[in-house]
Amino acid sequence: MSIMIDSIKCVGCGKCAAVCPGSLIRIEEKKAVIKYPKDCWGCTSCIKECPVHAVKFYLGADIGGQGSLVHTEESGDILRWLIEHPDGRVTEIDINRKESNKY
Amino acid sequence: MKSEKLTTDILIIGGGTSGCYGALTIAESFPDVKVLICEKANIKRSGCLAAGVNALNAYITEGRKPQDYVDYARKDADGIVRGDLLLTMSELLNEVTERLEKLGLVILKDENGKYVTRGNRNLKINGENIKPILADAVNALPNVTVMNRVNITDFSVSDNVIKGAFGFGIDSGIFYTIEAKAVIVATGGAAGLYKPNNPGFSRHKMWYPPFNTGAGYAMGIKSGAEMTTLEMRFIALRCKDTIAPTGTLAQGVGAKQVNSLGEVYETKYGLTTSQRVYGTVMENIEGRGPCYLRTEGITPEQDESLLKAYLNMAPSQTIKWIESGKMPSQQNVEIEGTEPYIVGGHTAGGYWVDTNRQTTITGLYAAGDVSGGCPQKYVTGALAEGKIAALAAAEYISGRTVPEITESETAVYLSEAEKYLSGPKPRFTYEQLEEAMQTVMDSYAGGIKTNYRFNEKQLTLADEKILMLMKLSDDLHAESFHELMFIYELRERLIVCRSLIAHLKARKETRWHSFAENLDYPDRDDKNFSCYVNSKLVDGEIKIIKRELVGEGQIYEHNDRQH
Ligand SMILES: Cc1cc2nc3c(=O)[nH]c(=O)nc-3n(C[C@H](O)[C@H](O)[C@H](O)COP(=O)(O)OP(=O)(O)OC[C@H]3O[C@@H](n4cnc5c(N)ncnc54)[C@H](O)[C@@H]3O)c2cc1C
Ligand code: SF4
Ligand code: SF4
Repeated sequence: MSIMIDSIKCVGCGKCAAVCPGSLIRIEEKKAVIKYPKDCWGCTSCIKECPVHAVKFYLGADIGGQGSLVHTEESGDILRWLIEHPDGRVTEIDINRKESNKY
Repeated sequence: MKSEKLTTDILIIGGGTSGCYGALTIAESFPDVKVLICEKANIKRSGCLAAGVNALNAYITEGRKPQDYVDYARKDADGIVRGDLLLTMSELLNEVTERLEKLGLVILKDENGKYVTRGNRNLKINGENIKPILADAVNALPNVTVMNRVNITDFSVSDNVIKGAFGFGIDSGIFYTIEAKAVIVATGGAAGLYKPNNPGFSRHKMWYPPFNTGAGYAMGIKSGAEMTTLEMRFIALRCKDTIAPTGTLAQGVGAKQVNSLGEVYETKYGLTTSQRVYGTVMENIEGRGPCYLRTEGITPEQDESLLKAYLNMAPSQTIKWIESGKMPSQQNVEIEGTEPYIVGGHTAGGYWVDTNRQTTITGLYAAGDVSGGCPQKYVTGALAEGKIAALAAAEYISGRTVPEITESETAVYLSEAEKYLSGPKPRFTYEQLEEAMQTVMDSYAGGIKTNYRFNEKQLTLADEKILMLMKLSDDLHAESFHELMFIYELRERLIVCRSLIAHLKARKETRWHSFAENLDYPDRDDKNFSCYVNSKLVDGEIKIIKRELVGEGQIYEHNDRQH
């Protein structure tokens, strides 16, 4: 499991690199790069930071991943998770940050 | 490397759960005290809380007392806990919970404004942003300085009194000598000692943060601090592949552990944390695997709530459900045991401390997963210990001056770091040695490969091999400051491995299946091992110290500490 960064979209703001708990992302020539892809813990901190949704998260094939790319979009209290399937379908799940888990 | 000296009243190493709360406590009760937090990543999302947490696992619910929590933890650990530490922690659990809520954590309440509980000890929350909430509060404190991306590698100790620490900026490459009147170590536990469940591309998809590498333990061990109960390893029962927590399924929707025949097996082996892991191992050995949490038949509304709950703490599991097209109501969730970790917040391994969380080194305090004797801390217990250590450290420094770390002492540690940056390229990389270490631990010190079991001969071999890897790691070479951190992380882990092996060897009994299952001594031996197994590095050798249990209602003090 790891992340992919779309270097065309990336504006080099450095926010994803700042928060990674493993400091795995670096800014090189004004673009974010994941320096140690196999060291990613999968915490998704970086994708929640990116203002242009250039960082996407995926599950490795070794843990049963099927190639979907995941990012989040925030508006107000809503954190929307978007899971783009390889066939183009997108699953969206909205989380209200003011609401507790039911379980 | 450029070298700089910093001075502070209290140095907090690790800006995680405990470290952040320690800083908040000092700022509130001792506003004039200067605090420096050195964090290897960035306090916004560093440590255990990065992805969020699912619930507050440690809370004293209505009608219960702190002592009930002590009794529960003692039973779960088959007696090897410190009741005095558990009680002082439990007494603060509710206070820190209310504080978290004030800082912005969403906690579920009923129509009367009371917290909604899950079982006897848990509260339901939205824990996705728990770490940014803590970090924002800390960043707003005037007398607290946060240095992110500073990796601490060693303590400075003279005559058993703490003087500060050494570390370096992983971006800047600046070498820091930090003088402090007191130090709180809050670096979390140790992951990555053993070969993980998925050693290939997803090698870091482990439960415990792979970036908590046991630095705090290693620094303490090197400086002669006493450690306790490292042999009580923690092995988590987790969702297969994603290694996501299972509590939400087990306690949230009441899913039972079943084998592939659909039989509920948990009652057969017992319900303590280690017995649940052991039961799953045994069902697999006896041909009734794989094992599952029985979620089939839950409602679509429950499915939906689970998808959301997992996004708030372990998003991979939700993605897995969505990708497979099978919701938990349609398919039971397969479970497996993880590789072993050392985590003083779940089991009892870590620094040997008094009730102020002072270690056996004067002026050095330990809080959270790095601190021993006090299992089942979880988030709120880590906050509570952060508070206890902070108050004690702030009182300890009153009237003290900042100790001096001499240039010649700095030179020793600086030259070690520079050696890795400048030396010739050796045959091996840090990555190869890390893999070798994990393979050794997996094969000879009770990893997944041997169903967590070991015998004395295997442990002896493990120790020999770890020692050899330590020698090889002397010559490693770093191309960047980040790689320099990788080298230190590897060396920390090797130090922790050696102490762990010594502890596993010393407890010649099997009290906890899976956590410490010695095939040469398959039974529990209360006569000889109703005691703490502690250790200390003396003249380069690990010395084992057996200590009597601190009885119910008793309080342990460091009376035999040398300084
Ligand atoms: C995935 C996961 C889920 C969990 N879910 C729950 C839950 O739902 N409910 C619950 O109650 N508990 C939960 N827990 C347990 C709880 O989160 C931890 O016990 C607690 O957060 C530990 O706090 P800590 O301060 O000891 O460690 P951490 O919060 O991990 O802090 C350690 C900090 O030290 C830093 N550090 C490490 N080494 C160095 C170094 N050499 N120099 C500088 N900095 C360093 C790290 O980057 C990190 O920021 C969970 C734990 C994990 C791992
Ligand atoms: S998912 Fe987490 S560990 Fe992985 S790159 Fe992003 S921030 Fe780092
Ligand atoms: S947060 Fe997004 S835009 Fe900013 S550096 Fe990272 S990838 Fe680029």
